[in-house]
Amino acid sequence: MNKLKHFKWKRYLNYTVIAVILIVFSVMTLTGGLPKSTTFNLEKIAISIILAVSLSLVVGFLGELSLGHAGFMCVGAYLGGKVSALLVDSLGNGILTFFISLLIGGICAGICGFIIGLPALRLKGDYLAITTLAFGEIVRTIFQNTSDETFGGAIGLATPRFNQKYFFIICFVLVLVTLAVIQNLIYSKHGRAITAIRDNEIAAKATGVNVTRYKLIGFIVAAVFAGFAGVLFSYTQSNVSSATFDYNYSIEILVMVVLGGMGSINGSIVAATAVTFLNNKLATVLTGNLAVLKDLIYALILIMIVIYNNSPKLAAFRERYNFKNLFAKITKNRFSKHEADDTGRWDVVPTKIKMDALLSTDFVVNDIKPDQPKGDDSHE
Amino acid sequence: MSEFVLETQNLGISFGGLRAASGVNLQIKKGEIYGLIGPNGAGKTTIFNLLTGVYQPTEGTFFLNGKELRRMSQERINHEGIARTFQNIRLFNNMTVLRNVMVGLHNREEFRCSMAESLLRLPRHFRVEKEMKARALEILKIFDLHEESGTLACNLPYGKQRKLEIARALATDPKLLLLDEPAAGMNPHETEDLRRTVELLREQFDVTILLIEHDLKFVSGICDRITVLNFGTVIAQGTTKEALSDPEVIKAYIGK
Amino acid sequence: MDFLITFVNGLSLGGIYAMIALGYTMVYGIAKMLNFAHGDIIMVGGYTILVFLAINPWLAILASVVFCMMMGIVIEKVAYKPLRGASPLAVLITAIGVSYLLQSIAQMAFGSAPKFVVIANLGTLKLGELAVGYSTIITLACSLVVMIGLNLFVKFTKTGRAMIAVSEDKGAAQLMGINVNSIIMITFAIGSALASLAGLFFLLKAPTITPTFGALPGIKAFTAAVIGGIGSIPGAMIGGLLLGIIECFAQSIPAIAPYTDAIEFSILIVILLVKPTGLLGKKRREKV
Repeated sequence: MNKLKHFKWKRYLNYTVIAVILIVFSVMTLTGGLPKSTTFNLEKIAISIILAVSLSLVVGFLGELSLGHAGFMCVGAYLGGKVSALLVDSLGNGILTFFISLLIGGICAGICGFIIGLPALRLKGDYLAITTLAFGEIVRTIFQNTSDETFGGAIGLATPRFNQKYFFIICFVLVLVTLAVIQNLIYSKHGRAITAIRDNEIAAKATGVNVTRYKLIGFIVAAVFAGFAGVLFSYTQSNVSSATFDYNYSIEILVMVVLGGMGSINGSIVAATAVTFLNNKLATVLTGNLAVLKDLIYALILIMIVIYNNSPKLAAFRERYNFKNLFAKITKNRFSKHEADDTGRWDVVPTKIKMDALLSTDFVVNDIKPDQPKGDDSHE
Repeated sequence: MSEFVLETQNLGISFGGLRAASGVNLQIKKGEIYGLIGPNGAGKTTIFNLLTGVYQPTEGTFFLNGKELRRMSQERINHEGIARTFQNIRLFNNMTVLRNVMVGLHNREEFRCSMAESLLRLPRHFRVEKEMKARALEILKIFDLHEESGTLACNLPYGKQRKLEIARALATDPKLLLLDEPAAGMNPHETEDLRRTVELLREQFDVTILLIEHDLKFVSGICDRITVLNFGTVIAQGTTKEALSDPEVIKAYIGK
Repeated sequence: MDFLITFVNGLSLGGIYAMIALGYTMVYGIAKMLNFAHGDIIMVGGYTILVFLAINPWLAILASVVFCMMMGIVIEKVAYKPLRGASPLAVLITAIGVSYLLQSIAQMAFGSAPKFVVIANLGTLKLGELAVGYSTIITLACSLVVMIGLNLFVKFTKTGRAMIAVSEDKGAAQLMGINVNSIIMITFAIGSALASLAGLFFLLKAPTITPTFGALPGIKAFTAAVIGGIGSIPGAMIGGLLLGIIECFAQSIPAIAPYTDAIEFSILIVILLVKPTGLLGKKRREKV
């Protein structure tokens, strides 16, 4: 009983919720209750969650602004799609082909993550942001100009679409894997080191945290999962086009992370689901002449949410009417803790991070060059 | 094994012709509390930055227990056994007090746990986390911060933030602890509290302390020996009483 | 000869990029925000020209500049001002929202099909073998005038110097009696006016416009601003010219022409790796 009391149920909540939803939907599919359009939307939502959660590792926990996440996804989609197209004849369009292409797509994206992690050791803030954006565009341009035989060039790469209703189950299992890896990483001593770098890089170095190693790890892990999302994406499409992965897509993933609250995994999941759902819903509701309204509504909602959530002038208003207080009122504070209770809180990762440091130019240039060391004879 | 914990030989650095520090020779014995004082801009923090690898020295070198640490990275120097605090407090503001100290414990041999072990949640992960937490609480208790272990570092009052920074540095198990103006901005009561804590550290942790301070009362009350810097060079050295009564020092502080 | 023509074309394109980059850099310097919607102001300017072109080309140009300045001010007041003091990332996301909003409004008003905006048929200047479009020359001349004018404005007028003060330290500038709000407003107005001129020159080069007309030039100009060192006015000019020249030369070689964008972005990365704050960016050292 005592053991149950100390069980950190909060940390396993998101797995449980996703697993329950997954089981419900799986049962519905197997009994024929779900149309293909719904499962297709579920696949999209799963891909968005993987992308948002992995980007959240870089932006929310490592504290580096990345605008090139779609670039890693692009690598995964193209290489994974190519591998599956090559293997489909010999191995068939089954689970084995899928796993091999998933692995290769993920690894290739991870290598790209390593490459983009290297400038991240030197650059900060906006400069790193534009570098990641540039990387994404470079990757896209390269795939766009490949020959027809290799990656399909401007027409796009034809992939063996995995047109099975139950593919969304695979997608959600991968969501669970993503959550397990990234949350286990964050809630460990290694994750603590990563958040320390975000909070104060200089202090982290002075405390002995290997900043180089952890920055690279952050970028690589995020890239691998973006690569996985890319492979999943290639499986939901019959044709992968490089135009999909432009910087607007990277920004859309960033929007999910920011709306969900920086440094909050659950927030990223909810925001990814909501944004993807909203996008799809608006696309189906608004057809014909009304189709242009979709972007308009999306943009307006985005602006209003950000201003509402962040405006310093609305702080008092937010304090009075927020979900947490509302929840506490309804449940009569039964679930809300007011005292700092250490056993429950030691692993708390705050959702509101001051991001000023992230986007400012005030940063250390560690390579300030002092004068050349003098030779021994010049000491006199 | 050298008889000194820290020994610097002609340590110095220049930026574009400006000699921020030059020819600094320090010899600090084990268990000492050593003071580094001097007027503003005398190069005290620069010396700290040289000793922790933030800057690379352009002349001279330094040894910790006889091992040369010149040209090592900041992380590496910390592993070798020099930890520091900062003049303008640098905490991991968005993390709890406890987690701040646990980051300090990160590299300790007894809390080794590979990334794979953490990802797969092997038993060692849980054991290490539990032990790290217990150890961090112990350290916090010494600094009387254990009751605030769940608070975010940025929500601590100023004096406690200073203490937490020392606690974090101490968690890395240093042989030499560098304190950059630990009493700055503190009221007399807090300063006295700090003095007791620093003395307690020396007794309990087997650590040598080098500190920068402007509060001469604090310095003379706690330091065994001091070095006085001005314009990047040493102008006096010796026991606290001797050095503070040196005419050069009086000239530097008060003028003629 | 080809070399010279490509070089002149590059300078002219670079002049346009520099004008947009100036808007990015000035807004960044003063409001400390990345105005992602800046590129879309170019598009707004282009469509304004389209609307007024039927009446008179000169009126259309004037209307485009005035309308863009007003747009810049309105966007700042409505979308960015409430977020002053909030995290820069929130402002960045809002700017992205504004960018989407402008594009979708344009799409509603004008449709997503390309529209033709022929402002004037300027012909080409022929000097022996050398043939350069008059539009190129006009663009180059105008952008030079604008850049010199802006430099003089910032250096020698009271408002300009107030802008420098605000970009150095907003709080201190306010204490010295500078009205920070109006300075930010003026900055947005100038940046938007420059963007509208950039739209005009793009239309002189290729007379078609779509709702996403400003997106790629916006990103390119942002790249140029970063190459030059974001926040630095001369940096934006150098970065813009450099990028324009690189683009024209890359496009003049058939083998690498398709990779033009990739080349430009690679050069950006290389420059940043060598100089982490761009060519003329300030190196700020955090005091340890």
